Amino acid sequence: MFRRLLHLLFGLLLLSATALAEQRFPPPDFESGYQLPTPTTPAPRAGLMQYADVVVLLSALALALWLVYRTRSRRGITALSLFSLAYFGFYRKGCVCAIGSVQNVALALCDSHYALPVTVLIFFLAPLTVALFAGRAFCAAVCPQGAIQDLVLIKPLKVPAWLETPLGLIPYLFLGAGVCFAATGSGFLICRYDPLVPFFRFNGSELMIGLGVAFLLAGLFVGRPYCRFLCPYGALLRLATLAAKWRVRVTPDTCTQCALCQHSCPFGAMREPTGMQKREPLKTSRLRLATFLLLLPVLVGLGAWGGSQLATPASKFNRTVKLAGRYVRSLTTPDRFPMELQRVEANPGPVLAKAEEIRQQFLLGATLFGGWVGLVFGVKFISLCLRRNRTDFEPDPGTCFACARCFETCPSERIRRGWIPAELETARSKE
Amino acid sequence: MSTNPKEPVNRRNFLGAAARVAAMTGVGALLGKLAGATAAKGTVWQIDPAKCVRCGKCATACVLEQSAVKCVHAYAVCGYCELCTGYFGPEPNELTTAAENQLCPTAAIQRTYIEDPYYQYHIDEKLCIGCAKCVDGCNRYGNGSLFLQVRHDRCVNCNECAIARVCAGDAFVRVPVDQPYLLKTKPTTS
Repeated sequence: MFRRLLHLLFGLLLLSATALAEQRFPPPDFESGYQLPTPTTPAPRAGLMQYADVVVLLSALALALWLVYRTRSRRGITALSLFSLAYFGFYRKGCVCAIGSVQNVALALCDSHYALPVTVLIFFLAPLTVALFAGRAFCAAVCPQGAIQDLVLIKPLKVPAWLETPLGLIPYLFLGAGVCFAATGSGFLICRYDPLVPFFRFNGSELMIGLGVAFLLAGLFVGRPYCRFLCPYGALLRLATLAAKWRVRVTPDTCTQCALCQHSCPFGAMREPTGMQKREPLKTSRLRLATFLLLLPVLVGLGAWGGSQLATPASKFNRTVKLAGRYVRSLTTPDRFPMELQRVEANPGPVLAKAEEIRQQFLLGATLFGGWVGLVFGVKFISLCLRRNRTDFEPDPGTCFACARCFETCPSERIRRGWIPAELETARSKE
Repeated sequence: MSTNPKEPVNRRNFLGAAARVAAMTGVGALLGKLAGATAAKGTVWQIDPAKCVRCGKCATACVLEQSAVKCVHAYAVCGYCELCTGYFGPEPNELTTAAENQLCPTAAIQRTYIEDPYYQYHIDEKLCIGCAKCVDGCNRYGNGSLFLQVRHDRCVNCNECAIARVCAGDAFVRVPVDQPYLLKTKPTTS
């Protein structure tokens, strides 16, 4: 009866030998015919189901394009948004999404040990390819983060340009930081600081729930604050729309320049005809453009230098670097939570070498990130100097989420749909 | 992709088309670069029991209110110790199921009698919070038949696992979705 206890005491004496080459206590021979149970292994969501997600994504994208370009239906877009919110948001719990997939791609490019699931690659590429041809149809009705914000928008206020322009640069910086962190294997910042995912999961840290509530409260009055001022994938899509072949057109035929569409856009995406704007003399514009063109390399250089200075502090966000630092400090002063140091103490060489390697990666990554920041600011200055000629009201394809709100406010569209009797219109034009 | 006859080829359209071609080339190059690095199967998160240091963070770091990590019992590895150091706290008053003797804070381990002097220890997953107290007891003094695993009926498979980020032993790994568990098995006797 006490044999096992004796075994245990014996085992305690031999504790130093931690390697479990064989069991300390051999299993007994049962005489009662006892059958050893096997541990249960509940299956994860089947691998095939993730292809179902891809099919849903592609169908939703196609449907969004059809709704924006063919039927021009705001009601259809809202219905599709609700579906996307239910499926990608509440059913799939917001993972994996196109916004986060940027980091998987960056990690796969830089870490040969990481195998990128094909489905994640499709989540990254499909909305981007669509944006290259037809604008941000993904943002319109497929992205659950966009959908939840679009649905809470009740009283849109106009964000003044002096605030909107600088805030609109944040997504590019967040994109750069997220890619830099993912590429060095330091974690997925974009996923960690996604304020809307806690709603999909009904759970999250206090910080993220607080941020999520703040974003949604702001979203009551400011159209889609996350999409406009934070979303890094949005920044990528915005770049892609520069080359978009087809653009959202407000009016089905001729623009009467009534500016109703401009008032209907909650996202400040509508650009007025240039004839309506006050303009400075051409010479001043040219001089300013030349100045900022010359300034661009200076800004990039300054940014790169600043980034390289930030490399060491930034690398401390990496777990391995942090651990190596703690190990080195623990040699002189005892650490407060030594359990984490066990694996370093057992074999410090590889961890210290890995930490050094990551520090080097951060030096490159932070320099590139700094250069990127300089480039973003420089290009923004230049784009503000460019003079464009527009004869009609047009949505800016980079800012436009293709939400279809403006279509139904356009008088020409209302006539086309028969909402205003055509004879009324002809009578008015005769006057 | 035919050109629209209504739209004349002006500088803006030409630049747009050139940018589009360049971007598509970039996308193509990205695809080519990633072709070797992609996996048709998805991955899920799992704990490598050999690396787990039983720090207890699994219980609190998961994005779910009740962690997706639970204790699993590999019965084939279990020594069926009378003084089970996974079940009983240090220096138990007596070897009974009385609450003061138990190590598990939620009484998630069910102890059932098999034959003298052996008892079977079974994890009630509804109660288990993944705190690793029993795992520590069993690994420290016993065979280590109790170990932690991500339970995939609960895990939402976050893109970046919130526990992996703080795991003291760096024990979280991505595993193929068709082999989602890293179970302990009976060591082969040499």
